[in-house]
Amino acid sequence: MNWDWLARNASEITSWTLAHVLLSGVPTVVGLILSIPLGALASRYRWAYPPTVTIAGLLYTIPSIALFVLLPGILGTGILDPINVIVALTLYTVALMVRTVADALTAVPPDVRQAAVAMGYRPLRRLITVELPVAIPVIGAGLRVAAVSNVSLVAVAALIGVPQLGQLFTQGQQLDFYTPIVAGIVLCAAIAVVFDAIILSTVKLATPWRRLGRAAA
Amino acid sequence: MIGDIWAWLTTSAHWTGADGIWQRTLEHVEYTLIAVAVAAVIALPIGALIGHTGRGTGLVAGTANALRALPSLGLLVMLALWALGHLPVGIALQTASIAVLALLAIPPMLTSTYAGVAAVDPAARDAAEGMGMSGGQVLLRVELPIAVPLLFSGLRSAYLQAVATATIAAFVSLGGLGRYVIDGLAQHDYPKMAGGALLVAVLAVVGDRILAVVGHFAASAGLTSRRRLWAKTAPYRSSYPAASLSETQPEVVNAARQ
Repeated sequence: MNWDWLARNASEITSWTLAHVLLSGVPTVVGLILSIPLGALASRYRWAYPPTVTIAGLLYTIPSIALFVLLPGILGTGILDPINVIVALTLYTVALMVRTVADALTAVPPDVRQAAVAMGYRPLRRLITVELPVAIPVIGAGLRVAAVSNVSLVAVAALIGVPQLGQLFTQGQQLDFYTPIVAGIVLCAAIAVVFDAIILSTVKLATPWRRLGRAAA
Repeated sequence: MIGDIWAWLTTSAHWTGADGIWQRTLEHVEYTLIAVAVAAVIALPIGALIGHTGRGTGLVAGTANALRALPSLGLLVMLALWALGHLPVGIALQTASIAVLALLAIPPMLTSTYAGVAAVDPAARDAAEGMGMSGGQVLLRVELPIAVPLLFSGLRSAYLQAVATATIAAFVSLGGLGRYVIDGLAQHDYPKMAGGALLVAVLAVVGDRILAVVGHFAASAGLTSRRRLWAKTAPYRSSYPAASLSETQPEVVNAARQ
C-alpha cells in the first residue's frame, strides 16, 4: 500500500465515499418504502401475486451495467447523471423486496391476524400496526441482501463515469497501481458492513418483543 | 433515441466480422459457460457435503455474504493487474477475467446447494437409510435429486452473475457484448452502447428462462407443479393427504392437527 498516495488524495476519496453512501443508501430506503405497499397488495390479493413476482424477477435479471446504460435513453437524462444509478438501484431494490414483503406478510400467523380482526382493527390499521411489525425480521433479512448488493453495484457505474468509489478501480487500472484498488475494495466492504449493522440494529430496536421472548425462554 | 438504437441493431454490417454481434455474443456465452462450469465443479461437491453433514454451514453463509459485499469491478481490475504481471501476456487478461467470473458465480451455487440438501425432509433421509443406503448413496440418490429445484435456482443466479460480470470485464479488455458498451462510451456512440446493453439484457433473460425450463423438467415430477404427470407416475398420491389438503383446505388440516 502506498500511504502517501492515499493521503494526497484523501479529500477526493472522502467525497467519493460520501457519494457512494448516497448512491447506494438512497435507493435502498426509497426501494423499501415503495415495496411495502406493492408487497402488501400482492399479499392481500392473490391474483396480483404471480404478475408482481414475474415482473420483479425479470427486472432483477437485467444486469446493472445494461440498466445504467439503457435508463438515460428511457428517462431522457444525461448518461453521466447520477439519477440513472439511483433509479436503477431503486428498481433492483423494489424487485428484490416486493416479493420478500409479500411473503413475509403472507407468513404472519393467522391467529395474530384473527386477534387483530377480533379487536376491531380495519385492514389498513391491521397492516400497519400488527402485520408489518410481525413481518419486520423477514423484511429486514431481505433488506440486508439488497443493501449489500447495492453497495457493490454502485461501483459498476464508474465505468460510465459517475463519480464514487468505483472511480478508484478505473484509476488503479489506468495507473497500473494496486493502492487505489485495494482502498476501494476495503471502503466498499466497510460501507456494506455499516449498512448491514444499521439494518440489524434497527430490526432489533423495532422488535423488542423478540428479545423478551428469548429472555423468558 | 430508440430509433437510433434500433437502427444500430438492424444494420447488417454490425452483425458480422470479428467485432460483429454474432461473434461478440458467442464470446459472451463462452466466457459465461466456462465460468459457470468451473464454479459448479467447485461449488456442487462442497455444497452437497456441507448440506449432507451439516458442518460448516455458518462458514459458508458468512463467506457468501462477504463475497456479495465485494465490488466485482474492483476484483476484476485487481486480478487483471496481477495477471498482467505474472502470466503470459496472451492469456493473462482472459484467464484473470474468467477466474473472477467463476469466483463470483460460486457463492449463489454453494449456498443453494447446501440449503437444498439440508432442507430435505428428514423422513425421506431416514427412509433411505432404513433401506440400507450408505451415506453417499443417500446423498446421490435421495438428497441431491430432491434438491434439484434449488440447485437450478443457484445455477440461474450464477449464470446471471457471470453474464453481468462478463460485460464489466470488457473494461479490462475482455471480448463479449460488453465491448459495445465500453467502446461506445469511448466513441461517444450512445446507440452502440445502448444496443450492446440491450443485447446483454436479452442474453441474461433468455438464458435464465432456458435454465428455468430445463430445471423444471430436470426435477422429479413429484417436486414440481407438473400435476398431471405426477398423478400418472405416482399412484400413491393419497399417501400425502396433508400436502394436498393444505393446498385446498388449510383450515381442515389445522383442525386435524389440533
